[in-house]
Amino acid sequence: MEGFRYLDGVASLRFSEAACTGCGMCEQVCPHRVFAVARGKARILDKDLCMECGSCATNCPAGAISVRPGVGCATAIMKGWLSGSEEKT
Amino acid sequence: MVDTPAGPVPRARVTIGARDVLGRWSMRWGMGRNRYRVAPGLYAVGDPDQLSGILVTANYKMTFDALRRELTGLNVWILVLDTRGVNVWCAAGKGTFGTEEVVRRVKAAMLEEVVSHRRLILPQLGGPGVSAHQVTKGCGFQVVYGPVHARDIKAFLAAGMRATPRMRQVLFPLRERLALAPVELVGLFKPAGWLSLVLFLLAGIGPGFFSIGAAWHRGLAAAEVLAGGILGGAVLTPVLLPWLPGRAFSAKGALAGGILAVCSAALYRDALGAFHALALLLALPVISSFVAMNFTGATPFTSPSGVEKEMRQALPVQAALTALAGIFWVGGAFLR
Ligand code: SF4
Ligand code: SF4
Repeated sequence: MEGFRYLDGVASLRFSEAACTGCGMCEQVCPHRVFAVARGKARILDKDLCMECGSCATNCPAGAISVRPGVGCATAIMKGWLSGSEEKT
Repeated sequence: MVDTPAGPVPRARVTIGARDVLGRWSMRWGMGRNRYRVAPGLYAVGDPDQLSGILVTANYKMTFDALRRELTGLNVWILVLDTRGVNVWCAAGKGTFGTEEVVRRVKAAMLEEVVSHRRLILPQLGGPGVSAHQVTKGCGFQVVYGPVHARDIKAFLAAGMRATPRMRQVLFPLRERLALAPVELVGLFKPAGWLSLVLFLLAGIGPGFFSIGAAWHRGLAAAEVLAGGILGGAVLTPVLLPWLPGRAFSAKGALAGGILAVCSAALYRDALGAFHALALLLALPVISSFVAMNFTGATPFTSPSGVEKEMRQALPVQAALTALAGIFWVGGAFLR
């Protein structure tokens, strides 16, 4: 069996093709094969597989990727709600 | 000890002893989690020299063990970061397995003098905490991301530091899902204990004002339902994860709990009144659903945005059904 899927249409991943230099880092670090680089540009293959770990954005030297990172953890989110803050991880 | 231009470096063995195995098991069950660390710094494996690769890892002993056992026959360096005894993935999320710590350790170990190349091999799952280009800026070393699992490191090195797409992917197989169950269960032990106490007290309420007998009898049944729900959410759901339909963990957990609830209702059908049966059929799936939702924190594919969305939808339903189950349960004491 291939990897799991979670909810569709929620990932906060944003990618700016104009800024991308095609270095390939995002493809290298993503644990869910969200990116593929071909002909000097990265491309999002399947955004719904993104788990918002933030690895691609942190490692993109061109600043072409943004994502709201965190752990997808119900306990942490509930703590965030209770303490009135955005969930911090 | 191995002598280097930067001084002697301790040698790490590649064999895992009985004590390491014992330690791993107690770790699985959440005992003494915080004291299981390796001293940060540089280690030698085999007989490394100026050209040997440098593998960076966390100072959680299980992580360190998992790495060194895969290195038989290799001559490499291991640079252990101080992640406060936390594994790579969790430490990267917190930032302790991070750019600054890499730069600091590279400098402290005087790697520039130990090796002639300028390359570090990091575990891919350290990526969220480390910015490769910032590391290069900070200490002159380039970052190459190695495979997700230590078991692929040999193949990765043999292929000239190239990972196959398979090595880069996180899949979450049954073995990994099961390994998480003990920690989940231990973590739930305390809150479940307190909740049981409350249930026992509530169970005493009945027509005769407060009855110890009823408290024991009905309280035990309630605690069993609670235990069943935890089993459904923390064990059955992870195990059956690929086969339970739907994407939301709350739905998967409710279904797993539902299976357990129907089975136990059938098993105890003579002892249960209609109200108690209803309470059971509601409460067990709800508890299982809630526990399963919390399991998202341990899975390597659920996004925070998704979990938040799921919780906004599921929590009100869970709360309402819990209240309903409570009414049936308490009501069952009066109407028999
Ligand atoms: S890491 Fe950034 S610059 Fe490099 S390929 Fe990916 S998006 Fe493009
Ligand atoms: S945030 Fe993580 S999972 Fe999402 S695309 Fe980036 S690296 Fe992949």
